[in-house]
Amino acid sequence: MKGLLIISALGIIAMLAEIFKFKKLLLPIVLLGIVAAYAFNFMEWNTSMSISYFDNMIAFDKMGIAFSGIILATAFFWFILANDYFEEDSNTVDHFALVLFALVGALMLTSFKNMTTLFLGIEIMSIPLYVLAASKKKDLKSNEAGFKYLIMGSFASAFLLFGIALVYGATGSFDIMQIRTYVSANSQSLPLFFNVGIVMLLVAMCFKVSAAPFHFWAPDVYEGSPTLITALMSTVVKTAAFAAFLRLFMVGFAGVSEMWTGVLAVVVALSLVIANFSAAMQNSVKRMLAFSSISHAAFMLMIILANVRSNLSVNALIYYSLAYSFGSIAAFGIVYNVTRNGNQNTDAFNGLAKRNPTMAFCMAVAMLSLAGIPITSGFFAKYFVFTAMITTPYKWLLILAVITSAVGAYYYLKVIIAMYFKTQVAETETIQVEKSQTLVIVLTTLVTLVIGIVPGLVANMFKV
Amino acid sequence: MINGISINYYLLLSTVLFIIGAVGVMARRNSIIIFMCIELMLNAVNLLLVSFSTLHNDASGQVFVFFIMAVAAAEVAVGLAILSMIYRNVKSIDTDLLSNLKK
Repeated sequence: MKGLLIISALGIIAMLAEIFKFKKLLLPIVLLGIVAAYAFNFMEWNTSMSISYFDNMIAFDKMGIAFSGIILATAFFWFILANDYFEEDSNTVDHFALVLFALVGALMLTSFKNMTTLFLGIEIMSIPLYVLAASKKKDLKSNEAGFKYLIMGSFASAFLLFGIALVYGATGSFDIMQIRTYVSANSQSLPLFFNVGIVMLLVAMCFKVSAAPFHFWAPDVYEGSPTLITALMSTVVKTAAFAAFLRLFMVGFAGVSEMWTGVLAVVVALSLVIANFSAAMQNSVKRMLAFSSISHAAFMLMIILANVRSNLSVNALIYYSLAYSFGSIAAFGIVYNVTRNGNQNTDAFNGLAKRNPTMAFCMAVAMLSLAGIPITSGFFAKYFVFTAMITTPYKWLLILAVITSAVGAYYYLKVIIAMYFKTQVAETETIQVEKSQTLVIVLTTLVTLVIGIVPGLVANMFKV
Repeated sequence: MINGISINYYLLLSTVLFIIGAVGVMARRNSIIIFMCIELMLNAVNLLLVSFSTLHNDASGQVFVFFIMAVAAAEVAVGLAILSMIYRNVKSIDTDLLSNLKK
């Protein structure tokens, strides 16, 4: 909770920086603030099982704290990476404030206990992102990305709200624990519109995590937004949305899982097939990463679908989010530097191994991790998903996942081949990367490798 | 039953409003109309929440409506700002002109 308060205060401080003229100091202040928030967040880990605030609106249990930790750590690295994104514009401080408020929403989503905080968290997270997606004012592509994100986001929110209203109508409460109790006590006498409500909530959450067939906005938004904002969307936002998804369906609707697992299985199957085959056909690296994030969404949805002993699925999802977030931060950091001249296609990576060997190595590790090749963390992320899924009746999804992962390996390896085996046609100048950015990219790559070699570091957090 | 009218009628009315809004978002090409349709969807939800709130004799549904209204206002403010930015660049608010990103 203190972490949440610190980040909110940081957002307000960021807005004051323009007036009191400490713009130059803002980045160090924000980084310190995030470290402090992380420390306070970590201290709450050992206090008790769950402390609830605001009449049980929000409660930080271990699961919430773990997800908040991932989000804060990713955000810390992101802010260092985004250093010069903030410098190139005149409205620096507003961007700081917007990102920080989006973080507040993300933290709320990790630990909501009530449908009100779920809705508010999603909106507090999304509304700043609509602005950030459209933040290149003169660039029509960025405008379009922001607009599409806004329309699709509000459309999904409307579905979410209608779902919430129907569930409220059936159970008479917004509190997810009370909903759970009511549902298990009256499972025979629930009205039909309760089922409709659950399906609408499912659709809305699938929109938010961009799972097929509700993914069509994602490639456009990812491509059009400034690269670093795309990095934020595919790490922090995705982790938060999945934390919320897991909590809502695992805590709130676990008792009626037969109502939604069938729908979710179809969503997973569609996401796996559509995302991997579309990604293989993309030339733009950003679009490829967008489709790759949809296929990762499918894997994370499988964890929710498996819905096994809760500790196992929470563990699996935390490990997956961590592996995916850090791999993506490294990948997007490199994409940002390589595509700076405007060429966003895979051939921009040609000969990167000669032009900047460090970046090429980090990109190779990130790609291997996203593809799920052993010794990187992506492999164990997928392994945990498979162990969770093997006990469920949806084993056919595993076969589909393995086949589509093979297709996935193709487009990740395409980038590696471009870097190591193709020579650049036009120019051979080296790519200069700022020291701080190199540090972030190397560090996140190291984390990807370390938790891949010693998965027990993260995977046993919930061994109860 | 609320004042002698069955809850099903409230449910039906708000579902119809919601569907009109959803179809509008998908079918219309004018950005302002799309925003209006989203508002219609949100207000259908408000209506539903208020009627359920009365049915259950529980005020929290009505409090939720205030949250929805505040958030909808923020959303539309951001939306209109983005729209005016787009208008400055392309001198139109027709969504057909917004197809610069590859399909």
